[in-house]
Amino acid sequence: MTTRFFGAPVKRNEDRKLLTGQGLFIDDVELPDMLHAAFLRSHVAHARIRRIDVSKALKRPGVTAVYTAADLGAYWKPGPILVPPPPIEGSIFNERTQVPLAKDKVRHVGEPLAVVVADNRYIAEDALDDIVVDLEILPAVVDCEDALKTATHVHDDLGSNISAHVRQTKGDYRRAAANAHLILKRRFLYEHGISSPIETRGVVAQWNARGAQMTIWDTTQAPVFVRNGLAAMLGLGERQVRVIAPFVGGGFGPKIMMFYPEEVVLPWISMRLNRPVKWIEDRLEHFFATTHERGQIHDAEIALAADGRILGIKDVFLHDTGAYDPYGLTVPINSQCTLLGPYVVPDYDSTFTAVFTNLPIVTPYRGAGRQHGVFVMERLLDLAAHELKIDPAEIRRRNLIPPDAFPYKNEIIYQDFEPLEYDSGNYEPVLDKALEAIGYKQFIGEEQAKLRAQGRCVGIGVACYVEGTGIGPYEGAKVQVQSNGKVNVATGIGTQGQGHFTSFAQIVADELGVDVTDVDIVTGDTDQFYWGAGTFASRGAVVAGTAVSEASRAVRKKALKLASDAFECSEEDLVLADGKVSIAGIAQKFIRLGDLAERANPMRGAVAPGTEPGLESTQYFGPPMGATSNGVHAVIVEVDPQTFDLKILKYVVVHDCGTVINPMILAGQIHGGVAQGIGNAFYEKLSFDDQGQLLNASLADYLLPTALEVPRMELDHTVTPSPLNPLGIKGAGEAGAIPVGPLFAQAIEDALDLKRKEVELLEIPLSPSRLFELTRKARKK
Amino acid sequence: MKPAPFRYIAASSLDHALALKAEHGDEARFLAGGQSLIPAMNFRLARPSVLIDINGLGELARVEAAEGGEIRVGALARYHSLERDSRFLTDCPLFADALPHIAHPQIRNRGTIGGNLSHADPASELPAIAVAMQARMRIKSAKGERQIAASEFFQGLLTTDIQVDEMLVEIAFPAQPARTGHCFLEVARRRGDFALAGVAASVTADALGRCSRVRLALCGVSETPVDASSAAASLIGQACTGEAVEAVAVEVQSMIAPSGNVHASPDYQRHIAGVLVQRAISAAHSRVGNAA
Amino acid sequence: MQPERHDIELSVNGTVYRRAVESRTLLSDFLRHDLELAGTHVGCEHGVCGACTILLDGAPIRSCLMLAVQANGHELSTVEGLAGNDGELHPVQQAMHDHHGLQCGYCTPGILMTMTAYLKQNPQPTEHELREALSGNLCRCTGYQNIVDAMLSAAQIMRAAAP
Repeated sequence: MTTRFFGAPVKRNEDRKLLTGQGLFIDDVELPDMLHAAFLRSHVAHARIRRIDVSKALKRPGVTAVYTAADLGAYWKPGPILVPPPPIEGSIFNERTQVPLAKDKVRHVGEPLAVVVADNRYIAEDALDDIVVDLEILPAVVDCEDALKTATHVHDDLGSNISAHVRQTKGDYRRAAANAHLILKRRFLYEHGISSPIETRGVVAQWNARGAQMTIWDTTQAPVFVRNGLAAMLGLGERQVRVIAPFVGGGFGPKIMMFYPEEVVLPWISMRLNRPVKWIEDRLEHFFATTHERGQIHDAEIALAADGRILGIKDVFLHDTGAYDPYGLTVPINSQCTLLGPYVVPDYDSTFTAVFTNLPIVTPYRGAGRQHGVFVMERLLDLAAHELKIDPAEIRRRNLIPPDAFPYKNEIIYQDFEPLEYDSGNYEPVLDKALEAIGYKQFIGEEQAKLRAQGRCVGIGVACYVEGTGIGPYEGAKVQVQSNGKVNVATGIGTQGQGHFTSFAQIVADELGVDVTDVDIVTGDTDQFYWGAGTFASRGAVVAGTAVSEASRAVRKKALKLASDAFECSEEDLVLADGKVSIAGIAQKFIRLGDLAERANPMRGAVAPGTEPGLESTQYFGPPMGATSNGVHAVIVEVDPQTFDLKILKYVVVHDCGTVINPMILAGQIHGGVAQGIGNAFYEKLSFDDQGQLLNASLADYLLPTALEVPRMELDHTVTPSPLNPLGIKGAGEAGAIPVGPLFAQAIEDALDLKRKEVELLEIPLSPSRLFELTRKARKK
Repeated sequence: MKPAPFRYIAASSLDHALALKAEHGDEARFLAGGQSLIPAMNFRLARPSVLIDINGLGELARVEAAEGGEIRVGALARYHSLERDSRFLTDCPLFADALPHIAHPQIRNRGTIGGNLSHADPASELPAIAVAMQARMRIKSAKGERQIAASEFFQGLLTTDIQVDEMLVEIAFPAQPARTGHCFLEVARRRGDFALAGVAASVTADALGRCSRVRLALCGVSETPVDASSAAASLIGQACTGEAVEAVAVEVQSMIAPSGNVHASPDYQRHIAGVLVQRAISAAHSRVGNAA
Repeated sequence: MQPERHDIELSVNGTVYRRAVESRTLLSDFLRHDLELAGTHVGCEHGVCGACTILLDGAPIRSCLMLAVQANGHELSTVEGLAGNDGELHPVQQAMHDHHGLQCGYCTPGILMTMTAYLKQNPQPTEHELREALSGNLCRCTGYQNIVDAMLSAAQIMRAAAP
């Protein structure tokens, strides 16, 4: 394959549509006779439902129907578990999944109680006010530690609030502790926030009774799974259901959660009323109705040798899973595994208890629990560095897994159900590049002292992480050359801005010798491609990309075979370029790829046995395990010593995600991830009161970073290809977001000289007010 | 998040608007810029049955100089136009500092000073400036008109002295004494966000730097803007040394009892109020003599 | 009883429309669903995210904070009107493409409208000024850097092309 597009910063095929406002997003779906739904949601976090009276709502002009759980009859059932618990010995998992409409009990603010179907959303919302709900309010469980002690149970039949309990070990931590020169123990609090994409969720369901066909538009990251699940629920065959994920305005994880109540209820309504129905989540709903990530409490201990080498880590943590646990153990297992980072940790003992709370469901959001683990490890190393008087970058260097140790086995089970194994990596050059780019030596050596002498509080931070990416089960792709010479590609994943329409086209273009703009990619339409899993866990490029590559290669082979038959020459003599197959050196002897495709679908003659018509191939790729990317972030910050506000002076990311398909798209992913990381570290905090009410359910008070909070970033990368797929690619979607919390903590501690003042930053998010509170003890001394 | 149903009436004149308000009372709201009212209606926190659109009343948008150097600003003057009115900004320099902190340009293209002051959000900058400048509010109803000092106009959380049949039509800012420097500063989480605390300071000083008059008002630390001018009494006759200004800050901190919010603890608010008082007074003092 | 309707006449991207609208129909919904100009997106309906930004008589405003009835007699510009009749992209659109200033594309129309107005008013912004002007539009995908680069580049191109 001659690479013309692969690896190049090719501009995106999908841009024109989006730039001219012509991209179809969910709320752009307009169907004749369409009705609009609005959900009545609980205003309290925990209550028994005594009665729901919809009679007044039914009488409102413009209202077609109002449904509660009772109306759903046998259709009502808790959703399927999405990710069953990995096979970890001794683990406990109590499956309690969300329901389409609350019956008997509500378990979090925002849980849907009823749905109104009306001529438009305005009237539907009017009708919500007509519904009378009689609730017996119960105390709310909102705190993880409290959840373990309280007699109030989110799920009455469970007898406790325990969702899961898992212990994983590697080696024997007691050995590490016994041999340690230093043991440090701390409690860490890490809260991740909500994804808050600029586009909220939405579902449009259209039942065609005569054709017995259901079409669903859904802002999902996993259209194939949604199709399969809804078909089963609706009692339809999979081929009777088509799920289309149109342009989706940002996914980040929570849009792969399924089956949301709205996904389950809308198709049912459409079948019942035999009319199309639309539901668009508004921003207020989004704070409750779309899943969150939230907090963990870690009691962690690290055992070190005198030179700063890690001998072992022991960690016991609580994980808030919210009112239900449809996503199994994915988030806390990611925390558990990713804590190990790029470091050699001979002995590891990690236990977590996931607890139910009366808060919205927790499912993966960009980073998917990795942030929490990385925070613990990076902070432990910083604390150790201070105790042992080793430079923070140096202590990390000393612990990095050496380049000859790959594949590196960490033994414990990862979210892909396989023992955690890093496929490849070369960590030290990444650290070196980051230190060089941020000017580490120079800053520590002279800059910082100079600026401090001017009264400026400046500090530096360095954080390392790995990111498990590209997990299975599989993806597939169908590549087909059309008679007009354009190439169609279909794959089962969806797209939420990652540039699949371009990156996949680059792969095909190089393989088939066509222009990247002549490759049309279809994602997210289950009628176009039947099989797949979805975009999550930084796997799109790796898994679907590989499938696209395999399918392209197969098509290339077919083209060469056909052409070699036509020209009566050997395949080695042929060149695929500029949309043509030609004989090398004899430019006039060519056939257009499109014409070749047409030839391959003859009106007369025969298609030889063992071959297929057309220039088309469908291939699948299922990686045996995930590929591990890694990176280092470095930052220089300035903190106002009076207001404690923070300015980022310099931000560097060095990343290794193996072979890069499109460096421009990759950079965009890093930028966006870092922006979310900055939000997580210093701006975004869900403020719940003790009754489970969210006090800042608006974008005025849930603070997303703007162009003034996100700095210019300098990016660099190294390339350590993955041996797990032919192209050597690893995922990169979540990398930017993962280490920003500990990075900020380290840099702020440095800026405010907190180590000397004996103040430790062991929590995220931080904020000026929080820094003020945490440092006041030091001021009092 | 769609608003509840209402009747919409575009007022054809001020009298028309006031007559409608008199007729519908509490059930009706005036629609000016809508940048506070419409979000509230979209959240269904506000549900007027009648919306009286006053955006057509151009006569309420004028900014005029009056006798004695007083500036009269029509309630319907939009932030955007005030930002570009160099004469207004020269006469009311606190606005020059504060206007860029109000939300974002898209909001400032519609929002009005009258809407802001009538809404009386405790974290809003303009009420504090009105108090610092000792502005007078002119309020009209179908029955007549009256004036009230800014200090009495703001009465509680989102509550002003405007009665059910009244509209704020004009704000009069008295001329500023010669040799006065002004500074408005705030701390917010992001540019344009609600102030966690804000300070408006105007310092009049002689050629030797001795203060003869200090006006000081805070936003964001109480349900209404706080007139803290009395806390600066110790500065009168004195130069604005670091120590002297710090003493004022401490005094201000003892005067206020902030309740905190999701972004700031009460003590943090109190702390930055003190920081901002020092910074604002020092800056205002250093700007004395900048204006004519 | 039917809700009251108001007859309005407005121009959008140079085309005059006459419609009857309900009192409470938001301008954002009117543009998207009545006029089928779905390029303007809705992100929050409380004036913060900026996705719904359009130009009202040349000035950027939040269409979710205005009633359709209020647009009577005004000239609106939306993203659909940016490209030339021949399909040639406006410099800000082209620059966003060249600099990868969009990923999911949802916030993009609001940013384009904000920026066309801003660059007219300030043709030679510094990076900081540009970021200030951009701070009223939230993006969750790009981290803003490429948008800033795109707009600085567009500004330069537009300055060079100006008479």
